[in-house]
Formats: sequence, C-alpha cells, structure tokens
Amino acid sequence: MFRLERVKYRDILDIHALTIPKDKVTCVVGESGSGKTTLLRLFNKMISCTEGEIYYNNNAISAIDSIELRREIVMLPQTPTIFTGTIRDNLLIGLKFSEKPSINDERLTEILKMVSLKKSLEENAENLSGGEKQRLALGRVILMGPTVLLLDEPSSSLDEDTERIIIEQLVHCTRQNGKSLIMATHSKKIAQNYSDTIIEMKNGKVVDTRRIVDG
Amino acid sequence: MDKVIDLQIWQLAAAYIFVGILLFIVRLRGIPREKEIIISSIRMTLQLILTGYILIYLFDNSNPFLTILAVGIMEIFAVHNIFKRVKVKLSNKLKIIIALSMVAGTTLSLLFFIFVVINLSPWYDPRYFIPIGGMLIGNSMTGISLGVSRLVEGMTDQKHLIESALMLGATSKMASKGIVDSAFDSAILPTINSMVGMGIVFLPGMMTGQILSGTSPVTAIEYQIAVMLGIVGSVALTVMLFVQFGYKTFFNEQHQLNI
Repeated sequence: MFRLERVKYRDILDIHALTIPKDKVTCVVGESGSGKTTLLRLFNKMISCTEGEIYYNNNAISAIDSIELRREIVMLPQTPTIFTGTIRDNLLIGLKFSEKPSINDERLTEILKMVSLKKSLEENAENLSGGEKQRLALGRVILMGPTVLLLDEPSSSLDEDTERIIIEQLVHCTRQNGKSLIMATHSKKIAQNYSDTIIEMKNGKVVDTRRIVDG
Repeated sequence: MDKVIDLQIWQLAAAYIFVGILLFIVRLRGIPREKEIIISSIRMTLQLILTGYILIYLFDNSNPFLTILAVGIMEIFAVHNIFKRVKVKLSNKLKIIIALSMVAGTTLSLLFFIFVVINLSPWYDPRYFIPIGGMLIGNSMTGISLGVSRLVEGMTDQKHLIESALMLGATSKMASKGIVDSAFDSAILPTINSMVGMGIVFLPGMMTGQILSGTSPVTAIEYQIAVMLGIVGSVALTVMLFVQFGYKTFFNEQHQLNI
C-alpha cells in the first residue's frame, strides 16, 4: 500500500526503503523522538518529504490531491482535539469536514459504545476528561470509515483495561472491513499482540521490520 | 448663518494650556510620558500646518493627477502605519495582501461614493475627494489593523485545531473558517459600535468641523450619514478582502500549515 523510496524529512527522518502492506494492522514502535509521528504525518501529507518519494497504491503521494488523500487516509493525533460543541457535534465534524453525508443518532450511540464512552450525545464535549476526549476523537475517526486509519499513540491517556478493549475493537473492525490500520505506539506489548507487521524506528531510521505470523 | 470666528494666534496658543495640564499631571504622578506628549503635540501641529498649506495648493490647482497622488500618498502612509501598529510578525505574502486589500477596498468604496453617492463634478474636486478619501482610508486602516492581529494570533494560537481539521479532510478554507470569521468580526465591530453612539455620545469630527465652519447642521448631518455609511462599506470591503486572501498565506499549495 505504502512504499517509501529514499525518503528524508529534514534531519528528522531518513528511510532508505520501506513497504507497508494493504489491509493489515501495522505498528510503528520506537522511543519518543524516533520519528514515528513524522512518518504518520508524511502518509497523509500533513508534511511532505524533503527528499525521495512515498507511493500510495503505486501512485506518487506528491501528485495526489492532499484533501482527497486525507479523506481516505485519516489521522488521529496523539493529543486529540475537541471542537466547541456537544459530543454529537464532535462526532459529526469529521463527516462535515470530509463532506460525507451525516448519519443518525443510533449509529452515533453505537460508536460511543465501541469506544467505551458512556455519555449522552447532548453533553458538552469540553467537560470530558483527557481519556474520554481521546476516546471521543477516536470515535470520530472510526465514524469516517477511512481506507487507512493512522493513529498516533491512541492509548496514551487510557488505562490498561480500556486500552485493551478499544484496541481489540479497532483491530477487529479493521480486519472485518478490509481496511488498513497504522499505529504509532511506544508499547511493544500492543504491537506484539495486535499487529501483522511491526516497524521499529530509532533516531529517524527504520532499524527492524518484522511480520507477525500468527497476527 | 453667523460669521465664522477666526482664531487669533494667541487664542490658538491658549489651547496648548491643555497640553500643559496633561504634562503637569503626568509629572505629578511620575508617569514617564512627558517626551511622547511633547513630541506628539509638536508633530500634530507641524503636520496639520503642512497639510493645511498642501490642501490650499491642491484646492487652488484642482487637477486629477494631484488629487490621485494625494490619495496615493495617504494609502502608502496607511499601509506603512498598519505594518508598524501590528505587534505580530508578518510574512511578506501577508504584507502584500494587506497593501492590496487596502488599496482595492478603499479605492472601490471611494469611487462608488464619489460617482454614485455625491455625484461629484468634476469627479476629482480635491475639496471633496481628498477629505472623504482620508476618512475612508483612515478608518479602513484601523479596521484592517485589528483584523490582521486577530488573524495572525488566531492562526498561531489555534494551530492544533486547524491541523486537526486538516487531518480530518478539511480544506484550508474550512479549517480556518472560525478564525477568519472572528478576525472579520473584531475588525468591523468598532465601526458598528461607533454608529450606535454617533450624534448622541459624540459629534463626529467631520460634522463638527463643518458646523464650526458655518455649514448648516442639517447639511453637515447629511454628509456625516453618507460618510459614515461609506466608512462602514470601506472597512467591511477592505477587511473582507484581507481575511479572504490573508488566511491563504498560512497554507502552502498542498494544504499544509506553514507556521
């Protein structure tokens, strides 16, 4: 799905060659500052590489319209953003930005259940705790049904139980719908338990790529 | 109509007592503003005397090129003043947008005012063209200064909100809509507020000047209403042009933020 050829981004990232398979769960692991977030931001063109080229489904990413690409490859940043308004507004805003049709409350409630958020759709989103905001932001991107979902440390504000439930749900959902999930995480445990491929990064370079046979 | 009271030099000099009172107060309270007060009083006096002589020359030598030149110089000073007044750092692209919005917005409003509202003949009569141009340019300058500050601060302070919206597939226009609207609103609000108090809380400068120089209050008010509406139009048009093109300077052609 993604193929990187001699990609450099300033002096932060330097990847000679890397392939990320389609319809799989891929985890990018490494310490903070290893270049995981930069790599994800390159995939949905929040930034562009300073050298080399990234190919998405064999098309050079530099030639693909950024907006179209981001509507297909949605990214959830590590610090989730909550927009002014209710939980409903926050769930629907992704569909609004990507100009997709709105959906009914029933589906919104299902999503809240999926991300373990026991709240009313009418509640003011600003009042949620850090972990709840993160789950709401996660629900928002799941609702958009992207072909590729990029998650940057999706469980950083979650306790271990919630983390396990949500990641399991996400991975299940991705596999069932034939989508791709790329997760940047510092947790080797998550990577080991849920991914098909693990990419290990250090100082902006890929130091190891391994496929997990049993998924 | 009563004869206009011509101020004698000593009468004008007596008015400087107000500056003396101000100087006395700041010295008494230990506020370090004496230098600025003296410099600004001298500047105001010299600038107005100079402007007076320039206007006499322009009025006596009514000429379209001289009139346009005078308004052009006002535009240059206004744009320069905006760059100086705005405390945030401005990119070269944004400076160009500010200058173009000022020139386009005020010129369109001024031409509409001259040709349609007062139907001036000849159209370049400096007695009307220059003071009206000055009022439109001055007020648009204040409006756009507020708009620039609000837009730049909004873009910088809410960078994470814009980035999140972009990550969700928003165009740069959608992602910055809230900030653009807020910049426009804060830029035109003082003009709207000044309409509310006009005639009750204060008599605007132009009208006061006309009345003092012997014009009937009714005529002065007619002109003031027309000029005020012209100012609203000019400020709105200038700021609208600025925010509509200004926000684009924060993004590159790949819809990436370049702050």
